Amino acid sequence: MSSKPLQLEKVSRSFGPVEVLREISLSIARGEFVAVVGPSGCGKTTLLNLMSGFDQPSSGLIARDGQVRMVYQQDGLFPWLTVAENIALGLRHLKKQQEQARQTDELLRLIRLEGFESHYPHQLSGGMRQRVELARALAGQSDILLLDEPFSALDYLTRLRLRQELARLLDERPRTVALVTHDIEEAAQLADRVIVLSERPAQIRYELSIAVKRPRDLTHPEVVSAIHCILTELGIEHDHERAAGKSLAALTE
Amino acid sequence: MAVETTENTNAAKSFLLPLVVVVALVALWTAVWASGAFHESALPSPIAVMRGFGEELKSGRLINDLITSLFRVSCGFGLAAALGIPLGLWLGQKLSARIAFLPIINFFRNLSPLAWIPFAILWFGVGDASAIFLIFLSAFFPVILATMAAVANIPTVYFRVAQNYGINGLERLTQVTLPAILPQIITTLRVTAGLSWLVVVAAEMIAGRDGLGFAVMDSRNGLRTDLLVVEMIVIGLIGVALDRLLVQLTKIQSVRWGYER
Repeated sequence: MSSKPLQLEKVSRSFGPVEVLREISLSIARGEFVAVVGPSGCGKTTLLNLMSGFDQPSSGLIARDGQVRMVYQQDGLFPWLTVAENIALGLRHLKKQQEQARQTDELLRLIRLEGFESHYPHQLSGGMRQRVELARALAGQSDILLLDEPFSALDYLTRLRLRQELARLLDERPRTVALVTHDIEEAAQLADRVIVLSERPAQIRYELSIAVKRPRDLTHPEVVSAIHCILTELGIEHDHERAAGKSLAALTE
Repeated sequence: MAVETTENTNAAKSFLLPLVVVVALVALWTAVWASGAFHESALPSPIAVMRGFGEELKSGRLINDLITSLFRVSCGFGLAAALGIPLGLWLGQKLSARIAFLPIINFFRNLSPLAWIPFAILWFGVGDASAIFLIFLSAFFPVILATMAAVANIPTVYFRVAQNYGINGLERLTQVTLPAILPQIITTLRVTAGLSWLVVVAAEMIAGRDGLGFAVMDSRNGLRTDLLVVEMIVIGLIGVALDRLLVQLTKIQSVRWGYER
């Protein structure tokens, strides 16, 4: 059990009279990618803040094993530092300047932003900024990556590209990942396991494992089927297709 | 090439157009003077002002007054920044301190430093100390308030990122808090430097025996309207120059984000 980098046991969190999370139990295995989806305002970000240690639970236990880094929706980069300097924040443990510079270059290559090392974040597009954030979080020996809707401020196509990019980055530098998102496609395309939360007070309502190897196409049957399951669980889709299929089968009989 | 040409035209324009306005204003002034609408002692001619300028330069008095005034502003303004920024940092981080001190700081910020002139003379006499004290008062409270607001408005995300990457304690102050507020600090310094330059003239008119403000008063007493205009031009130009100087700070690469977003 101690090998689980992130473990939550009956974690509840209330803000005054408002109960946000109720008895959430969840453990994430090393190298596993877990996505948490749910209706907006259900407490996804609260859950992530508890995982990161920025916030403490009202009751329950949280065990963390390893260095945690969080990636934000936007503006998580320090605007007064260049791209290279921001990435180097993740390499602060390295004493040698040379080694820091070498690894920074490597990360710049990894996110395909060579030539942008001296740019400041405000000079980059939203998608480029998020790639720099990912590089910073992946720098050095971080263990646990907490992603707080990292692509939701981007346009649709950029979002699709960055999902592929994240899958590739994690392939090269495996990490334990918890992704919080309202983008169900994103969850289905990236996660090994999707956790669906209920309305407030949020409880785990449904869990779904997706065994297909990353990178996955958005239109991969397993991904499509996972999206359908999640949407049905959230009460947005109503199994019309399956119902239609049945009636079609009845007709052909 | 096309871009370059436009840039050249723009550079020429930004020099020529203001020049045209200035020449037009001097022409208007000359016309009004020549029309005789004002008595000779109430409005000097541009020629008389030019002669006055030469006279002042030759005697060295103008340069001395200029240096005196600049010295006072540097001291008062420097002191205000040196004390006001740390105080603002502290107040920005401590909510209870902010609640306690904000009303009184707001009170002093809205009290014209000129109202302090009598006390300044009683406490510090006529001269450097009085003027420096008044300039200090003009800049100190705005600097505290602006720094405080800037610190209180730093996005929480930056501090969380700092925690994630092991930036704590003094490092957090120098590597996160300060750079995060620097663009606003620079803007505040520009505004308050302008304020200080306004105040030094008034302070020296009453509580000075030298400096540009005193020179204005002295010219008035001697009915030298030509010198009065010389001094007014110099005061205005130095004010603009001070701002141009401080604008250079906004060109530092690591603060550009504060002005371009």
